Amino acid sequence: MLADSDRIFKNLYGKQDWRLEGAIKRGIWDNTKSLIDLGREKIVEDIKLSGLRGRGGAGFPTGVKWSFMPPEDKRDGRPHYLVVNADESEPGTCKDREILRYDPHILLEGCFVAGYAMGANSAYIYIRGEFYNEASNLSQAIDEAYEAGLIGENACDTGHTFDIYLHRGAGAYICGEETALLESLEGKKGQPRLKPPFPAACGLYGCPTTVNNVETIAVAPTILRRSPGWFSSFGRENNTGTKIFSISGHVNNPCNVEEAMSIPLKELIEKHAGGVRGGWDNLLAVIPGGSSTPCLPKSICDDVLMDFDSLREHSTGFGTAAVIVMDKSTDIVEAIARLSHFYQHESCGQCTPCREGMGWVYRVMQRMVTGEAEIKEIDMLWELTKQIEGHTICALADGGVWPVQGLIRHFRHELEHRILSRKTNNIANHHVAATAAE
Amino acid sequence: MPKVTIDGSEIEVPHGITVLQACEMAGKEILRFCYHERLSIAGNCRMCLVEVSPGPPKPAASCALPVGEGMEIKTDSDMVKKARNGVMELLLINHPLDCPICDQGGECDLQDQAMAYGHDSSRFEENKRSVKDKNMGPLVKTIMTRCIHCTRCVRFATEIAGVPELGMLGRGENAEITSYLEKSLESELSANVIDLCPVGALTSKPYAFISRPWELTKTESIDVMDAVGSAIRIDARQTEVLRVLPRLNEDVNEEWLSDKARFAVDGLKKQRLDRPYIRVDGKLRESTWQEAFAVIGNKIKSVEADRVAAIVGDQCDAESMIALKDLMDFIGTKNIDCRQDGAKLSSHDRSLYLFNSTIAGIESADSVLLVGTNLRWEAPLINTRLRKAWINNNLKAASIGPDLNLTYPINNLGSRANIINSIAEGKHPFCEVLKNSDRPAIILGMGALSRPDGTAILKMAKKIADDYGLIKEGWNGFNILHTAASRVGALYIDFMPSQGGRDVENIISGSSNGEIDLVYLLGADEIDTSKLGKSFVIYQGHHGDLGAHSADVILPGAAYTEKNGTYVNTEGRVQITRQAVQPPGNAREDWTIIRALSDVIRANISYDTLGDVRERLTEVNPLFDRINEIVTPDWTNKSPSEFIEDGPIHSAIQNYYMTCPISRASETMAKCSQELITTLGNRTGTNG
Repeated sequence: MLADSDRIFKNLYGKQDWRLEGAIKRGIWDNTKSLIDLGREKIVEDIKLSGLRGRGGAGFPTGVKWSFMPPEDKRDGRPHYLVVNADESEPGTCKDREILRYDPHILLEGCFVAGYAMGANSAYIYIRGEFYNEASNLSQAIDEAYEAGLIGENACDTGHTFDIYLHRGAGAYICGEETALLESLEGKKGQPRLKPPFPAACGLYGCPTTVNNVETIAVAPTILRRSPGWFSSFGRENNTGTKIFSISGHVNNPCNVEEAMSIPLKELIEKHAGGVRGGWDNLLAVIPGGSSTPCLPKSICDDVLMDFDSLREHSTGFGTAAVIVMDKSTDIVEAIARLSHFYQHESCGQCTPCREGMGWVYRVMQRMVTGEAEIKEIDMLWELTKQIEGHTICALADGGVWPVQGLIRHFRHELEHRILSRKTNNIANHHVAATAAE
Repeated sequence: MPKVTIDGSEIEVPHGITVLQACEMAGKEILRFCYHERLSIAGNCRMCLVEVSPGPPKPAASCALPVGEGMEIKTDSDMVKKARNGVMELLLINHPLDCPICDQGGECDLQDQAMAYGHDSSRFEENKRSVKDKNMGPLVKTIMTRCIHCTRCVRFATEIAGVPELGMLGRGENAEITSYLEKSLESELSANVIDLCPVGALTSKPYAFISRPWELTKTESIDVMDAVGSAIRIDARQTEVLRVLPRLNEDVNEEWLSDKARFAVDGLKKQRLDRPYIRVDGKLRESTWQEAFAVIGNKIKSVEADRVAAIVGDQCDAESMIALKDLMDFIGTKNIDCRQDGAKLSSHDRSLYLFNSTIAGIESADSVLLVGTNLRWEAPLINTRLRKAWINNNLKAASIGPDLNLTYPINNLGSRANIINSIAEGKHPFCEVLKNSDRPAIILGMGALSRPDGTAILKMAKKIADDYGLIKEGWNGFNILHTAASRVGALYIDFMPSQGGRDVENIISGSSNGEIDLVYLLGADEIDTSKLGKSFVIYQGHHGDLGAHSADVILPGAAYTEKNGTYVNTEGRVQITRQAVQPPGNAREDWTIIRALSDVIRANISYDTLGDVRERLTEVNPLFDRINEIVTPDWTNKSPSEFIEDGPIHSAIQNYYMTCPISRASETMAKCSQELITTLGNRTGTNG
């Protein structure tokens, strides 16, 4: 188990003061100037060495991403921007929320350090519209930081100017996609842009931009303070560091917890979330990384490690490390159908496969729930998801069909059973329910 | 020049193009719905997917991917075929497949591509989506259920037409393309979205359920609704012109067409003059050609030559004008004119009456001064070029005349004519803009030149051109924008009063006070015919419009769709219209009418075939032999003289949708006028 002294987020549960005073007690804003004095190259190099991978879901190496921003000698006069993606909307995920409301200063310090490392003089934090209290806390924290001279002109006595702006979204899931977020931030309809050009070349207002997740930015100062080697000592190679896991669903103690990467899933659930409701053997399936990652049946959950590479081996993803636990009382088909509904509803409608496909998938899934389908439609559904996946502008559609693929991959027997039992007019469960009702 | 391999064969392509363009260069067909060369790239239909290596192991949208050195592109691999089939199936699941009742049938991209690349059956068993139709005015019919959300119409409205009035509301499968407020686009180019729509979601309202494309005879011709001379295709069935579509001409209209040129053609079926008439006892009665000619012959014999006058209208072909000029020369009168609006133009210096920058050339201007012109109404397709110049070269535009929204920022310097003086004298701040430009230009409209002091305005404009570097090696920024399709042709054959002759104004005043006895109006409807007094009026034309009402003899002529005529556009480009249908009833091609009349009065006009007339045209002005070419005139060093009288300058057109006998007879144009012109004035924000 991760030692308390190795936790980056010391106020994850909001038991301490979230304001500047409390933050300073926790070591935030402690001689930030010394971090800035490391210089752009050194900061990027350290982040690369730490092995930090993006915490927003895709897991792209953060240091590499930062190094895409034009270096000082290749600037063309355009300003650089850091954009922080605080549009946390993935079902099951609630880690950024805790940082935003209980430890906003750790994010602000991260903004300054990361912004400096990419040559930016301003950062935009795009926060999910529904996060009202979080936006309120963050906004107050920004005011405090300005007042204390930590940001603004001559921030932290470094001679650099650094401004932070807070922008509230309007509640569209698609605005968590980085280019749709930029569109929304510019005041347009949130629809993903075509890539290339990538944001590092042409992002916000046509200027070089890096979009990072809240957690990614928030861990940066601590990595620099405690050295990249400290950070990379946790987890397996290529999957290093600590990570906030959000554990929800059928566990005795749903929680957010900061743990080392590559912790076994079973250990994570049993140690921190009080175990599966009714015991480990009552486990049906786990969605390991937020709603868009395919679910895993118990047999795999028994010994799978929670990191990017391990979950990838099992055809699923680490995502945002939002573990959704489902015990045997769950109607897994209906659960996945509900997720299909979410993605159908949140599709932006820009490109064909997602706009037309997500509705089709959802409608077939609805019939799968009741068994009103043909066996061959399971293969059709599989093919349809493959027809959608990888053919769209952004990854929303991929995330929308993966849960269905996971369902077919691991619970095909359940789908077949429903269809067949309905066909033979032997819907045992329904009859029992009907009799009971009488 | 990157080298790429496309389906196994190596090809060198220009730097910076997209994979789709490279594939086209290699002769590969790439399916597309959203991609359009003249619009920004949307990449949303996902039909153009190809396999590209190096790259991620999934197909890439070729329309949005720039080519890179050494790329290996496969346009027909299994992965591509699968992707294409898949996207096609998804496009079709919510498309109504009502092809038998769809006006797009037969010229539908979706229909064609589904035939060639789609499945033969559908696996979709759910209910199809239906979408409420949107009102987009009298020109564009919407059946939004058919929409495939390619957003071509949205991009056209926003980027080319400059009216961001179309967009997508809602999201996911509930996304709908709409005009937000459900009204017509406030654009003179709105109907181009019909051509752009790859399916039958946006179709032509006046043409709804009229015909199928394969029933039409297609004739390539030239538009005469303005002086731009857009290339058009006239689609006719038997004797009826059913619709007009744009043809590609990069130098003139690119591939767009103004709404009037497209939709005024229903006016060709209304109020037509289909037989000769003569006035007996104050009333017009039908007659035969012989009777009509006899009446004219007798009249001409009885009047003195200098009491005869002729005016040609705005849509006359050069053939009929040269015939009329030869006839008037035979009679011996000098009272001939082509300037119904009284524009102070002279036929001596071509450089002083042409759009010298050329239509395509004005795109490269970086500053422009518009004097007395509403480009949106007088030449919508030249206005799009200026909009392009604003987008691409940050064009700085200023105007003298009414303050208008031309879809790009315009600095209105005021409407008083004296401002031209102060610019010419270097006393105006705008002088600096002109001086600091590489390619400055001035566009003089008929609103300025048809003022009594038009000559003086012309003189000052020329001074501005000379003094501010508008004329230089490879660039002539001095432009006259005509509104009449026939005007430059008439100037080419010098259909102007010679020394001592009367111009339009004096012909009319001469008629009122009895100094003119006979007026020959060739399609001239834009003059105040009530002032022609007691003179004997011969009207030759195709519509029972103003000119015909005052006539003593009416000779039925042919409209532009019914004759092979030569027209010269505002930049001096000689172009030829082709006959698509026969003139109605007893109406005849115009030059043949004058030729027949010449026999009655024994004039020695010798040409008998169209070839002969064209030879005569070339004899009068060799430029008529240079079809579709621009022959650049030498810049003149002579200046017109006169002084400017101060006073506001107005634009030449008061109602875009009603500028000629054809558009005034058109029901569609009347609806547009009602919706876009009449009601606009009364809007208060809450009312209307």
